[in-house]
Amino acid sequence: MEHTGLLRRRVAANAMASKLMKLLTIISLLTLLIIGVGLYYKSTAILGEHSLWSLLTGKEWSPLSGQFGFRPFIVSSVYVTVLSVAIALPVALLTALFLTENAKPWITKVVFPILDILAGIPSVVYGLWGTLIIVPWIADSFGPLFVDYTSGYTLLAGGIVLSVMIIPLLVSLFIELFSAVPKDFKDASASLGATRWQTSRLVVVRKASPGIIAAVVLAISKAFGETLAVLMVCGNMVGIPHSLFDSAYPLPALIANNYGEMLSLPKYESALMFASLLMFVIILIFNAISRVVLQKVEQKFKL
Amino acid sequence: MFATPSILRMFAHPAGSAAAGTTSTGKPPVLKVGKKPGSEIKVSNLNVSIGNNHILKNIDLEIPNNKITCIIGPSGCGKSTLLKTINRLIDDSEKVKVNGEIIIDGENIYGKRVEVTHIRRKMGLLSQRPIPLPMSIFDNITFGCKLHGVRNKKQLKQIVEENLRAAGLWDEVKDRLHAPASSLSIGQQQRLCLARGLAIKPQFILGDESTSALDPISSRHIENLFVKLKEKYGVVLVTHTLRQALRIADYVVFIYLGEVVESGPAKELFNAPKHELTKQYLSGVFS
Repeated sequence: MEHTGLLRRRVAANAMASKLMKLLTIISLLTLLIIGVGLYYKSTAILGEHSLWSLLTGKEWSPLSGQFGFRPFIVSSVYVTVLSVAIALPVALLTALFLTENAKPWITKVVFPILDILAGIPSVVYGLWGTLIIVPWIADSFGPLFVDYTSGYTLLAGGIVLSVMIIPLLVSLFIELFSAVPKDFKDASASLGATRWQTSRLVVVRKASPGIIAAVVLAISKAFGETLAVLMVCGNMVGIPHSLFDSAYPLPALIANNYGEMLSLPKYESALMFASLLMFVIILIFNAISRVVLQKVEQKFKL
Repeated sequence: MFATPSILRMFAHPAGSAAAGTTSTGKPPVLKVGKKPGSEIKVSNLNVSIGNNHILKNIDLEIPNNKITCIIGPSGCGKSTLLKTINRLIDDSEKVKVNGEIIIDGENIYGKRVEVTHIRRKMGLLSQRPIPLPMSIFDNITFGCKLHGVRNKKQLKQIVEENLRAAGLWDEVKDRLHAPASSLSIGQQQRLCLARGLAIKPQFILGDESTSALDPISSRHIENLFVKLKEKYGVVLVTHTLRQALRIADYVVFIYLGEVVESGPAKELFNAPKHELTKQYLSGVFS
């Protein structure tokens, strides 16, 4: 058969498109590798001087005297993240269950776009809101119930602001998940005499559990990496927080606060690069672990 | 696979019980049924509409206990809606309006102060496709009992065995009670769902085309179970296959476009249908 010009062009376009797509995929994967390698390369200076262990567990942070202990920052980051998810998860779960299982359809229709707006608000706005509302509230009203004095710029403030930031994300993910549970399952449960709450708790949440885990992983990653809002409300004092009312200094805040300043200090830049590497690795490991957990859950019930 | 043994069993017990209910020691299982003698379902002047769609019109029916009542009719005539109205699953649909009475145990289930879970508990529903809940075989059976407060482990174990036996599934699954229910074959899943329904000690078994998704052997198996179960329960089946109704129905209700055209004992209705529409439907003029 004779190849017409049109056919030839179509075949060529097809070949080009598929090559282009492949190339772009490889590039985006390469970025991950490049970032990892780049961060590692930049951190070698500090890794050559201190052992990895002493960097991770050291409590002292005084760049002037060459002491770089990351423990306060790691602990702060973990605390703030865990706290925010602990606050956000139950709220988001119940909200999503209400909207999918109990609310009248028009309520869901009204609330859904509002959630999208909430999710789209820039983090600096959340940070400001935290500074203007949450921090004074903790300092003047909530904190004094438990401790003698708190500045309000605390772990708790960070946790609350972060949780408010991830709730819209979690709720909209959960709504997708819960509405994907076939009505047949709800009917089966209801026909056995389950109340709506029992069905939600025992069947809907269970059926959606792999998705819930995936959503929480996403939320944790977001909370862990969120910079501006926590920087504005956590207080940023170096030290391991011992209570909700202590100031905290998460890793992203450390980097954002200091990069570009005092870089003439020896090893200071390298130390900040190491902080980035640390976050990078923690997120990678965390994602890997959650994949395994997800698979186990899926296998267990063949969901 | 369970197919072979169930074939064997069907041949071994031509009376059709598929060996349901005989324990390995030969003792019949103890099935405590919460049924009161003479309880039946009485539907009077029932109208159901969803949105502007008037689906069921002036239904008057009496569904007897200890009999198999088959609801037949062309698709979209309201058979399934009627069934869902009986256990009030219809409540969960949007824009639904129900008028009229359905009386069970002398109580109008659409009455004002009726707790809906209490009504549903009186009926075990077997849906079109088996819907195993996302948990183990054991937990599927105990799901209903746990909802209603049974916590005793020994008791739960006993309930699981009793009801799996009643559904003719015990021998196939007794060694893997804690495996996920979705690992069973589809025919086994449907019997699991039946066992799950029996575990809440209902008075009636409702089947919504319960065999339509199954292979012939599994569906025969389920049919035989229905025949066996009518000794203890009232069985109401919506069915799309006339032959199934012919095989197992004691009473037949023919519904067309939301109205009961004719109802009565199966023999009468099949041999001497009174209404022209029934005649046409039975002879396959429409389906």
